[in-house]
Amino acid sequence: MTSSVIVLLLFALGGVAGMCHFIPQHWLSSNLPMTILSVLIFQVGISIGSNKNLKEMIRGVSLKMLLVPLSTIAGTLAFSVLASLLISQWGMADCLAVGSGFAYYSLSSVLITEMKEASVGIQVATELGTLALLANIIREMMSLLGAPIFSRFFGKLAPISAAGINSMDVLLPMITRCSGKHMVPLAILHGIILELTVPFLVSFFCKM
Amino acid sequence: MFKILFLLFAGIGVGYAFRRVSFLHKVETTISLTVFFMLFVFGLSIGSNDKLMDNLGKYGYQAFILALFGVVGSLLASYLAYRFVFKKGGHNDK
Repeated sequence: MTSSVIVLLLFALGGVAGMCHFIPQHWLSSNLPMTILSVLIFQVGISIGSNKNLKEMIRGVSLKMLLVPLSTIAGTLAFSVLASLLISQWGMADCLAVGSGFAYYSLSSVLITEMKEASVGIQVATELGTLALLANIIREMMSLLGAPIFSRFFGKLAPISAAGINSMDVLLPMITRCSGKHMVPLAILHGIILELTVPFLVSFFCKM
Repeated sequence: MFKILFLLFAGIGVGYAFRRVSFLHKVETTISLTVFFMLFVFGLSIGSNDKLMDNLGKYGYQAFILALFGVVGSLLASYLAYRFVFKKGGHNDK
C-alpha cells in the first residue's frame, strides 16, 4: 500500500515537472521509458530465475490459465457496453474499441486513429484516438495503484486481469508482490494473449 | 513484445545461473526503485505532452469512465474465474 502512494506521488511529481517543462525534451524522446522498462523486466527475470520454487512454478502451467485472458476480455467488453450508455458522444462500438486496448495505450490509440479515419474523417478519428490513449493510461494507473486492494477483495487473479496487457511487463513486480510468485507464468501468458488480441478486436470494433 | 520476452528469459537464465549469489536476492529492492523511477518518467512524458494535457479536460471524464468500467468488468470476471475454477482446483492457490 505504501508503495502505491509513492508511485502515485512520483507520477504526479513527474507530471507537474513535465507540464512546467523542467526537463529537456530530448530526455524523453531518447527512448528512456523503454530503457527503464527493459531494465525492470530483466530484474524481474533475475528474481524469478533465482527463486527456489522455479521448478514448481513451471509445473503449475496449465490449460485452464487460458481462462484468465478470456475473463479479462469478456469482463472488459461487457462493461465497456455499460460505459457507452453513460457517454453520449460516442457509440457502443467506439467504446468497445477503446476498451479493447486493455491498457495498451500506445498501440490502441494509433490503431483507432488510423482505422477510424476512413469512415469518420481525421478530426473525429484523432479525438477517439486521444480518448483511447487517455482511457488506457488511466487503466494502467488504476491497475498499478489498486493491485493490493484488488487481490484482497477479488482474488489473486484480479490484479492480473485488471492490468490487461501490462500484466506481462509494467505490472509484473506488483503482481508478484500481491498475488505471489507462482502467478508469474500466468501473468506473462495473459499479457501475451491480450497483446495478440488487441489489433483484432480494435479493428473489428472500428469497422462495426 | 519479443524484446520483453527475450529480456525476461535472459533475466531468468542469469538469475538461475547465479541463484546462490546472495547479492541477487536484493533484486526486489532494486525492482521497487526501478518502478518508482519508471512512473516518474511516465508522469514526465504525459505532463510534457501539451496536446494530451489540453485534452484532459475535454476527454478526462469519458476516459475515466471507460477505464473504470474496463477495470471493474475485469475484476468481476476474474473473481468468477478464481472462485469457480482456480480455487476449486487448488493448485494455483497457496
